[in-house]
Amino acid sequence: MTAVTVAEGAGEAREENPWARAWRRLRRRKGAMVGLAVVVFLVAVAALAPWVAPYDPTATSWSAVRKAPSWAHWMGTDEVGRDVLSRIIWGARASLSAGLVSVGIALGIGVPLGLLAGYAGGWIDGVLSRIVDAMLAVPFLILAIALAAFLGPSLSNAMIAIGVTATPIFVRLTRGQTLAAKVEDYVEAARAVGNPHWRIALRHVLPNIVPPLLVQASLAIAGAIIAEAALSFLGLGQQPPAPSWGSMLNSAQRFLAQAPWMAFWPGFAIFVSVLSFNLLGDGLRDALDPRHK
Amino acid sequence: MLAFLTQRLLQVIPTLILVSMLIFGLQQLLPGDPALIMAGEERDPAVLEEIRQQYRLNEPIPVQYFYWVKGVLSGNLGESMRLKSSVASLVAEKLPVTLQLAAMAIVIALGIGIPAGIVSAVKKDTAWDYGANIFALWGISTPNFWLGILMIFLFSVTLAWLPASGYVRLGEDWRASLATTIMPAFVLGNAIAAILMRHTRSAMLQAMGADYVRTARAKGLVERRVVLKHALRNAMTPVITLGALEFGTLLSGAVLTEQIFTIPGFGKLIVDAVFNRDYAVVQGVVLVTASTYIALNLLADVAYVLVNPRLRG
Repeated sequence: MTAVTVAEGAGEAREENPWARAWRRLRRRKGAMVGLAVVVFLVAVAALAPWVAPYDPTATSWSAVRKAPSWAHWMGTDEVGRDVLSRIIWGARASLSAGLVSVGIALGIGVPLGLLAGYAGGWIDGVLSRIVDAMLAVPFLILAIALAAFLGPSLSNAMIAIGVTATPIFVRLTRGQTLAAKVEDYVEAARAVGNPHWRIALRHVLPNIVPPLLVQASLAIAGAIIAEAALSFLGLGQQPPAPSWGSMLNSAQRFLAQAPWMAFWPGFAIFVSVLSFNLLGDGLRDALDPRHK
Repeated sequence: MLAFLTQRLLQVIPTLILVSMLIFGLQQLLPGDPALIMAGEERDPAVLEEIRQQYRLNEPIPVQYFYWVKGVLSGNLGESMRLKSSVASLVAEKLPVTLQLAAMAIVIALGIGIPAGIVSAVKKDTAWDYGANIFALWGISTPNFWLGILMIFLFSVTLAWLPASGYVRLGEDWRASLATTIMPAFVLGNAIAAILMRHTRSAMLQAMGADYVRTARAKGLVERRVVLKHALRNAMTPVITLGALEFGTLLSGAVLTEQIFTIPGFGKLIVDAVFNRDYAVVQGVVLVTASTYIALNLLADVAYVLVNPRLRG
């Protein structure tokens, strides 16, 4: 990361590491820090699910069907007597991994293609940009549903569908940033000393376009969590009896009058995780964007 | 202006061609024999052969694509396997329902989002601004299917004020129609209101700092007039054009909202088609959605140029 050159820092007497400066700015934003704390908490809960969940998330109990929240079952039980809290905790795994994996797919495909389009230009850029336009013409969830429908219902196919659907945003963002970075003096300098194109793109352009990608990635994780919940709600994601927040909401819909807690908690879990990634993303944008000093 | 329109229209053509390829290509993702999957429970070899003939599955993929596009261009979006009806007529039947929902959602979104954005910008860094920002974050982060379920719990199950599901056509009984659509329209409008609020806030902040607003103030105009007549009028252009792009959010939202409130619209059509493995309907609906979105984008661009004399060149 020492290769990162930020024009903004040039005027400062002592150059501060840009990441240290971003962290310092991020820490000043209460919303972002709350978001970060909740994200860390959720990741920890998901990782430690086997140890922190009070019950087996798939164990049914006919003597505990649709029991209201109590000391034994903090968030109540569902229509077949499964503990809602344990299912929420295990469901965090599906939701967070869907968020991370699908955004990982989108970054893994989108960033190299965006770098290629922006750096190479010409017909490569033309073709890639038209493909991106075409993909962006189909509303996000509708494309994800169509892809998931044709791939077949499963959590991994839902992740692929969401990841592929989120890719064009990253291609467009990377391309735009690359076009801007390409004309900077440090890229010109790298070219003048005879660096090959791939080295300029990877060593000089890429590190400098990481901040906007990081912001977009955190907001995209929020979108991917909602999309996974939506697909699971429709029966195209995580398959029962494995727990997922979206499918929990789907079955809760039938028991709204008798067991409203079944609908409240999974939705609240989606809301809190999406909100915290949005808060973190907004904070990162302010901290990493020089215009938001 | 004419040159701009021509150039913009020409740009749409390759996008439409690629969209059609993308949607047709979905079919290639089906594992195994597509005819067998399309037939569903039906295993009769004669039926399978009929499907193969109808979709030219024995021909090479480019030939299949050619005939598919040819059909689409003449208004034939395919045939629903389950409903035994043309996809075009299904779309024509369901679209007005979703359009009613969408229109109501937009009215709600404009009614909440724009005033909230104005107040937030005018009263920047006050409790009003923080409140409006919290509302926007809530709107963006709340899954609409959860909000829908919560509203059903409150207004239908607990208070018994509104029906939990179903749909009555506007022409049939407008009161009943409004009662069946007000909750789903609010759910759809909520997320867009949040986005509109953010756009309005930033456009208003920019407008409030502009020279013409300073001049209006210097002339001694009352603040209310400065905000509503001078700043707002200029701030609305980007808001409306950016708002037009939220059509996609609206349609994505309609898929889930119609499912929750059992409204027989466009969104429910695609979900039912997915469950029934009625792939021609899925492709048809996605194609119509994408084409409408491209057309709206084009209109938004043209409108933007029309209201911005400087861009007409």
